[in-house]
Amino acid sequence: MEEKLLEIENLTAGFLTVGGTVKATEHLSISIEKGKTVCLVGESGSGKSVTSLAVMRLIDYNGGAILEGSIKFQGEDLAKKSQDEMIRIRGNKIAMIFQDPMSSLNPVYTIGDQIAESIMLHRKKGKKEARKMAVDMLRLVGIPAPEIRVKQYPHELSGGMCQRVVIAIALACDPSLLIADEPTTALDVTVQAQILDLLRSLQKELGMSILLITHDMGVAAEMADRIAVMYAGIIVEEGSANEIFARPSHPYTEGLLKSVPGLEGARGEELYTIRGNIPGLSQLPEGCRFHPRCPYAKDICREKAPPVMAVTEDHYASCWMYSEEGGAAAWKNETKPEVSR
Amino acid sequence: MNAEYVLELRGVKKYFPIRSGLLNRVVGQVKAVDDVSLSIRKGETFGLVGESGCGKSTLGRVVLNLHKATEGEVNFNGTDVQKLAGSELRRLRKQMQIIFQDPFGSLNPRFLVKDIIGEPLRLHERMTEREIDKRVVELMELVGLDATRRNRYPNEFSGGQRQRIGIARAIALNPEFIVADEAVSALDVSVQSQVINLLMKLQRELGLTFLFIAHGLNVVRHISDRVGVMYLGKIVEIAPTEELFAKPLHPYTAALLSAIPRPDPTRKRERIVLQGDVPSPANPPSGCRFHPRCPAAKAKCSVEEPLLKEREDGRQIACHFPLDEGLAQ
Repeated sequence: MEEKLLEIENLTAGFLTVGGTVKATEHLSISIEKGKTVCLVGESGSGKSVTSLAVMRLIDYNGGAILEGSIKFQGEDLAKKSQDEMIRIRGNKIAMIFQDPMSSLNPVYTIGDQIAESIMLHRKKGKKEARKMAVDMLRLVGIPAPEIRVKQYPHELSGGMCQRVVIAIALACDPSLLIADEPTTALDVTVQAQILDLLRSLQKELGMSILLITHDMGVAAEMADRIAVMYAGIIVEEGSANEIFARPSHPYTEGLLKSVPGLEGARGEELYTIRGNIPGLSQLPEGCRFHPRCPYAKDICREKAPPVMAVTEDHYASCWMYSEEGGAAAWKNETKPEVSR
Repeated sequence: MNAEYVLELRGVKKYFPIRSGLLNRVVGQVKAVDDVSLSIRKGETFGLVGESGCGKSTLGRVVLNLHKATEGEVNFNGTDVQKLAGSELRRLRKQMQIIFQDPFGSLNPRFLVKDIIGEPLRLHERMTEREIDKRVVELMELVGLDATRRNRYPNEFSGGQRQRIGIARAIALNPEFIVADEAVSALDVSVQSQVINLLMKLQRELGLTFLFIAHGLNVVRHISDRVGVMYLGKIVEIAPTEELFAKPLHPYTAALLSAIPRPDPTRKRERIVLQGDVPSPANPPSGCRFHPRCPAAKAKCSVEEPLLKEREDGRQIACHFPLDEGLAQ
């Protein structure tokens, strides 16, 4: 078995509100091996970002808390660490990049200062040396003329360039885990292609693991070794990227893949839709959280939450369709519509 | 004027002045739209794609006369919309509507939903309150909203439902022509497909003509009959959808298509990665605007600007060396 870098077990995290505790993720378990990429895929409100904030323990600052479970990183439980201890880990062993590159950079400091800041803090280097390393980092992320750029301010750079700078800051302390929360969503497709290529080649070079959060199944297909599909705070399906795309097994995953128009094949026909809307976290349905929108829902789905079932070896789905108790046999007899793309 | 066309643009330019200094003098110009000509047929969906800053939204606004063009003609059913004023312009506004991208920012949070949808009716039609209410109910049902919720505020609706409210408002006056400016870009995929289906249904039932502006190429491919590709204020290629996606002729179109991540991990990537960023429209490159990033650029490209021309096979392209002609030379 490969070495696990990060192991999240049974994580429940949420926010304390006037109306009570709202659980944004529940009983979430996922692990990342060294040097691999895991994608969390889901729509807005599915709890992807909360999961990443919980790993970084930044959720504490957003009015939230980890309510249950453990986050094991290199053998230590991050859920039990104090914020003082976390400061030494954040930006050092675990780094994070966010969706909007423009707002993650401080507009009143030069790019060089912002990269040097984390090197000086975590590596205990002097200012001069940190500056030199900043130039090296800019070269690493493919910014032309780094000696000039290092003295510039964020507004002098384009969106794609800013995202490269954010990546340079994140990688300055040679992290073993990089959390990327929708790193290319705000970018154009041609720039997105550049950034994804960059992340892939840096991963090969530096051997870090990536936890990539995205809503785009296409991005997940390009980047991921494993994929976890999230819906309303839980992981509904998990498996290797090839498995998920070859055999989408949860009705939600199937719907997600079918409702995106493709670049080949028929067009102009009516698109597959998942009926209804994503439920709010304070008004989750009983039983399976997806049942009001599921085309296959049966009585048991309305009453009881489904267990995690193995579809094949190393491919899991949270659906009654695969359980004896849920009458797997009966489901098999029904013709399941082919997933077409 | 060809009767078949609802909209014809001829040499449309839109420059925004850059002002600077103590006297606020004009020191330069952002050429957001630079010499664009295109025609849209009745009942057709014309997709307009390009990266941010290429001028596609500005073009949409010039078409609706929300921006006055710096130069050129915008003919709608044979009349130049830029020459209209007063009551004639008001009459024209009924015919052309817009659906915006942001379902949160485009609805007034202090208006009831029935007032948002009913506002164009109040402004343009002589209708009694009862007639307006009846029409609002009709419109909400048409776009798939629960009409009993018309006395509520937009914050009680989800993103997809708000976009339906925006669509109901746009079709309230039975327009002929609608500009959909990134109308589905802000929506989650499971909701996005619902709204795409709705737009296509409305087009069939009401005979609408769409200018569909978007950066999501798969959505544009699905909904459009013809597609125009914009780069830095210019149209570089126009083609029927199938042809454009099967055989792009402009190197930029090819790069754009290859950059889209496909939902298939087994597929081999054959990607044309463009170097660098989109240059500033205030100071576009000489010759072909794409030449500094073009993998196929030759000496001629930096000197002479290629014009959008129709070839013998009917494809329109602005390039000295279209991809299928490279072999012959």
